[in-house]
Amino acid sequence: MDLHISRRTEVLLVVFILFSLLYGSRGEIPPKPTGGVTIVPPVKPDGPQAFPDAEKANLPVFTMDYPRIQIPFEITLWVLLASFAKIGFHVYHKITIWVPESCLLISIGLIVGGIMHSVHEEPPAVLSSNVFFLYMLPPIVLDSGYFMPTRPFFENIGTVLWFAVVGTLWNSIGIGMSLFAICQIEAFEVQDINLQENLLFASIISAVDPVAVLSVFEDVSVNEQLYIVVFGECLFNDAVTVVLYNMFNFVAEMPVVEPVDVFLGVARFFVVGLGGMGFGILFGFVAAFTTRFTSRVREIEPLFIFMYSYLAYLVAELFAISSIMAIVTCALTMKYYVEENVSQRSCTTIRHVVKMLGSISETLIFFFLGVVTITTEHEWNWGYILFTLLFAFIWRGLGVLVLTQIINPFRTIPFHLKDQFGLAYGGLRGAISFALVFTLPDNIGRKQLFVTATIAIILFTVFLQGISIRPLIEYINVRRTNRNLDTINVEVHCRLMEHTIAGIEDLCGQWSHFYWKDKFMKFNNRILRRILIRDNRAESSIVALYKKLELQNAMEILDTVSGDISAAPSIVSLYEEKKNSGKPKKKFLASDLKSMHDILSKNMYKIRQRTVAYTNKHALPNDSQTKEILIRRHTSIRRSLRPGSFQSSVVPKSHKYFSLPAGKSLESKFPPTRLSYTDDQETMSEVAYPSRRSRFHQPGRSSSRAMMPLQRLDTLKEAPSVDVLDESTGERGRMGHGMSRTNSSSSNARIPAPRRQFPPSVDHDSSSADNFRNGHHEATAEEEEQQQQQQPSSPTPAWAAETQDNTAQNPLLRRPQWNPKRK
Amino acid sequence: MGASQTRSEHKYQDLADKTGFSLEQITNLHKRFQQLSGNEDTLSRQNLDNIPALANNPIRNQIIEAFFDKRNQHQDEVGSFNEIGFEQFLMVMSHFRPPTLKTTEEEKEALRKEKLRFLFNMHDTDNDGTITLVEYRKVVEELLSKSGAIEQETAKAIADAAMLEVASTNVPDMAPDDFYEGITFEHFEQILKGLEMESRMHIRFLDVDTTTMRCGKSTS
Repeated sequence: MDLHISRRTEVLLVVFILFSLLYGSRGEIPPKPTGGVTIVPPVKPDGPQAFPDAEKANLPVFTMDYPRIQIPFEITLWVLLASFAKIGFHVYHKITIWVPESCLLISIGLIVGGIMHSVHEEPPAVLSSNVFFLYMLPPIVLDSGYFMPTRPFFENIGTVLWFAVVGTLWNSIGIGMSLFAICQIEAFEVQDINLQENLLFASIISAVDPVAVLSVFEDVSVNEQLYIVVFGECLFNDAVTVVLYNMFNFVAEMPVVEPVDVFLGVARFFVVGLGGMGFGILFGFVAAFTTRFTSRVREIEPLFIFMYSYLAYLVAELFAISSIMAIVTCALTMKYYVEENVSQRSCTTIRHVVKMLGSISETLIFFFLGVVTITTEHEWNWGYILFTLLFAFIWRGLGVLVLTQIINPFRTIPFHLKDQFGLAYGGLRGAISFALVFTLPDNIGRKQLFVTATIAIILFTVFLQGISIRPLIEYINVRRTNRNLDTINVEVHCRLMEHTIAGIEDLCGQWSHFYWKDKFMKFNNRILRRILIRDNRAESSIVALYKKLELQNAMEILDTVSGDISAAPSIVSLYEEKKNSGKPKKKFLASDLKSMHDILSKNMYKIRQRTVAYTNKHALPNDSQTKEILIRRHTSIRRSLRPGSFQSSVVPKSHKYFSLPAGKSLESKFPPTRLSYTDDQETMSEVAYPSRRSRFHQPGRSSSRAMMPLQRLDTLKEAPSVDVLDESTGERGRMGHGMSRTNSSSSNARIPAPRRQFPPSVDHDSSSADNFRNGHHEATAEEEEQQQQQQPSSPTPAWAAETQDNTAQNPLLRRPQWNPKRK
Repeated sequence: MGASQTRSEHKYQDLADKTGFSLEQITNLHKRFQQLSGNEDTLSRQNLDNIPALANNPIRNQIIEAFFDKRNQHQDEVGSFNEIGFEQFLMVMSHFRPPTLKTTEEEKEALRKEKLRFLFNMHDTDNDGTITLVEYRKVVEELLSKSGAIEQETAKAIADAAMLEVASTNVPDMAPDDFYEGITFEHFEQILKGLEMESRMHIRFLDVDTTTMRCGKSTS
C-alpha cells in the first residue's frame, strides 16, 4: 500500500517538475526532470518512522513522515501543476484567443494522463462524490453567482429561468427518451440500459457549461440579452441538473417506478429549488447583516462572505435541497449590501479570492477531465455514443427554437434567429457533467459507457464548438452592445429612461418589471438598507458615478500637485523665462510622471469598483481597465504637461474653469501683456478630465473619501485653510456655487488672456487643450452674463475687491503673482 | 350597445393604423384612459397628477408634461395642450412600442431617433431646440429628488459635469471664446450614440386586460 502511494507521488512529482520546467524556463530539456526524480528517493515508504536506525532510541537528526502530509501535499502539487499549465497558455497570448482555455487544459490533462498511463499510475481519487460536491463545486458556483451582472440578470430573469429550468427538463427528457428508444435496437447491444438510467444519463449531459462561450461572447461583446441568458442558463441549469441527477439517481435504484413517484418527484423538484433559494436569501441577509458590524475587524471581514456562502451551501446540502441554488442566491443577495459595508480592501480581497477559488476549481476539473480520459477504462459503444452526440445536438437546437418561440411574445426584445443560434450553439458541456458522471454510483450497470459517452460529448463540444464559435459569431454578426459607456450623460439618461418607463407603465396601469423594480427599490431603500448597511444613505447611481468621477478628479489634482512639488524650486526663477519659451522642461516631465505613477499606483487599488459590467469567468474584472486608465492617464498627463510647464503650482479648483468663458470675452479688452501660465496650467489639468473621467471605472464610495487627496494637497501646497474649506464643502460645484463664486470666477476670468499669446504652446497639444477649451463652455448663461456685465462696466472696483477676496479665499490661485503684473 | 361597439372598433382601427398598436392594446389603453379621466373624453394634468402609483416617481412632472407636449404627437407643432384626448394619449404611448422581429434596420433607426427625441423633449421645456444648462439641471435635480439626502449642490454639480461632458465630446475644437449654449438634438444624439436604445424605452403593451391581473413579472 505504502509502496503504491509513494510510487504515485513519484510520478506526480516527475510530471510536476516536467511541467514546471517546461513552463517555467521553457528552455529546459526533458532529461533534466529525471535528475529531479533523484530528489524523490528520500520519500521511501518506510512508514511514519523513517529513522536511520529504529532500534536506537537516539534523537533522530533527520526524519521524514511522508504519509502524514501525503494528502495535502499531493493536492498542492496537483493544484500547482494545473496553475502552471494555466500560466503556460498565457505566455503566448494568442493561443487563448482562438483556442479556449478549457481546450488547452484538457489537452494538458490528456498529456499528463498519457504519462501516468504509460507508467501505470492511477489518477488521484479526488473525484469522489463528496470531494466534488463539498469542495470543488461550491467555489465554481460562488464565482458565477457573485460575479453575475445583477441588473441585466433581473431584467431577463424570466427568460433565464425559462431556459434553465424548462430547457434542461426538455433536454433531459428528450435525450433520455430518444436514447431509450435507441436502446431498444438490438444491434447496439445496449438493451440492458433502462429508462431511468437513460434519463439519469441525459440529465447529466444536459448541464451546459459555456465558460469558453462566455469569454468569446464577452470579447466580441454580443448583446446583453444573449449574454445574460447564456450566463444565467449555465448557472441555474447546474442547479436543475443536480436536482434532476439526484432524483433520477434515486429513481434509478428503485425497482419499480409508480405514478405517485412521478408526482412526488415533481413536488420535490420545486421544494428543492425554492428551498435552496430560501436558504440562500436567508444566509445572504445574515451575511450582509454581519458585515455591518465588522468595521473593527477588517482583517477577517472577507472571511464572513466565504463562510456564510459555504454555510448556505452546506445547510442546503444537509436538507438535500439545491445547494447550488442556495449559494448562488446567497451570493446574489449579499453582494450588494456586503460591498457597501466592507472596506475597499476587503472588497478587493473578496473578489480576488472568489475568482481564484472558482478558477482553480474549474481548472482542476478540466485538467482531471483530460487525465481521466486517458487513464480510465472505457467502454466504447459507437452506436450509443454517436447517438448521444446527435441527440444532444438536436434536442438542444430544437429546444432553443421552440422555447424562444414561446418566450418571445413575452419578451420586450425578442430573440432573433441569430441570437437563437448563439444560444443553441453555446451549449457546451463541461465540468459539471463530467463530475456528475464520474460520481455515479457503481451499481449503475453501464457506468463506464456513461463515462465514456459523457467524456466524448464534452470533448466534442468543447473542442469543436468552443473553437468554432468565435468565427461563427463574428460571421453571422450577432447584435452587439456597447458596454463601455461610463459617462454621466449616459447614466443620467438611463435613469431618466427607466423612470420614464416606470412612469408610463404606471400610467397604463400595467405592471412590468420596471414596476417591480421600482417597488423593490423603494422597499430596499426604506427597510433593507437601513437594517443591513452601516452607512445607509441611499445612493442613486448617478451620484455614485459622479462621485467616482470626482475621485478621479481629485486624484488628478493630486498628481498635478505632486508634479508641481518636484518642479517647485524652479517655479519662481523660471517664471519669467517660461512665458516666452513656452517649452516645458523635459527633466520635470520624467520625474513628474514618475511621481504621478507612484501616486496613482498607490491609489488605484484602494478604489472600489462598484459595478462589474461583465466578468470573464477567469478574469478579475478590473485589472485591464485599471491598466488602461493608467496608460491613458499618463499620455494625457504628458500631453497636458507639454505646453504648460510646471511652474504653476496651481491647484486646479474645479469651480474655476467656469469662469473662463467670461475670461475669453475679456481677452480683447486686456492686452495680453500679463503672462501667466498659471491658468493655462490649471485649466489644462482640470479640463482634461472630462475626456478621461469617462474611463475611470473606479468609483469612490463617498465624497469625503474622494476629497481626501485634496486635503492632503492643501498641506502640500502650503495653501492655508480657505482652500480646504472650499474643497470640503463637498461637491466642488463645477460651475457655480452661486453668487459667492461669481466674484472669484470673474477675477479668474482675466487670467486666460495669456493663452492667447501662446497659441502654439496651447495648440500643439491637441486634445488636452481641446478639452480645456470645452471646459469653459459649460458656464451657465446667467453666470456668463453676470460676469460679462460686471467686468466691462466697472472693472477696477470689481477686481480690487476680488483681488483681496481671492488671495484670501483662494491662495492657490497665485493671485499675487498676476496682480502686480497687471499693473 | 352593439352599434357603439362597432363604431368604437372602427375608430380604433384608425388609431391602430396611426399608432401601430393592436386593437386589443388600444382597447386596453382606452379602458385605462377612461379610468384615469373619470369617463371623460379628455384628460387633464390634474387627472394624471392624481395617479397614486406615479406619486413616487421622481420625474413625474416631466412624464406628465410629455403627454401634453404637442411635439410628441408626431406632428410639427409646438406648444402644449391643456387637455388631451385619447388619440393624443395613444400617440405619446406609441413612442414606447417595442420593435418586433419584422422591424427593419432603418425602422429601428427611426424608432431610436424618435425615442431620443422624446427624451430630448423632456429636457427641452421651452421648445427652443437646445437643452440649456438650466434645463438640464432641473431634470437632474428631479431625478435625484427622491433618493434621500442629496443636496441640490450635488445635483447641480452633476448636471454641470454632464454638460461639460457633452461640450467636450461634441465640440472638441471649439474656439476658446465660444460658449456652449446648450445641447442641440444632434449633440444629444451624439452623446448617447453608443447607448443601446433597442433594449430600453420599451413597454410591452399587454394584449389582455391587466387591471385585474398582476402578471407582469413572470416574464421579462
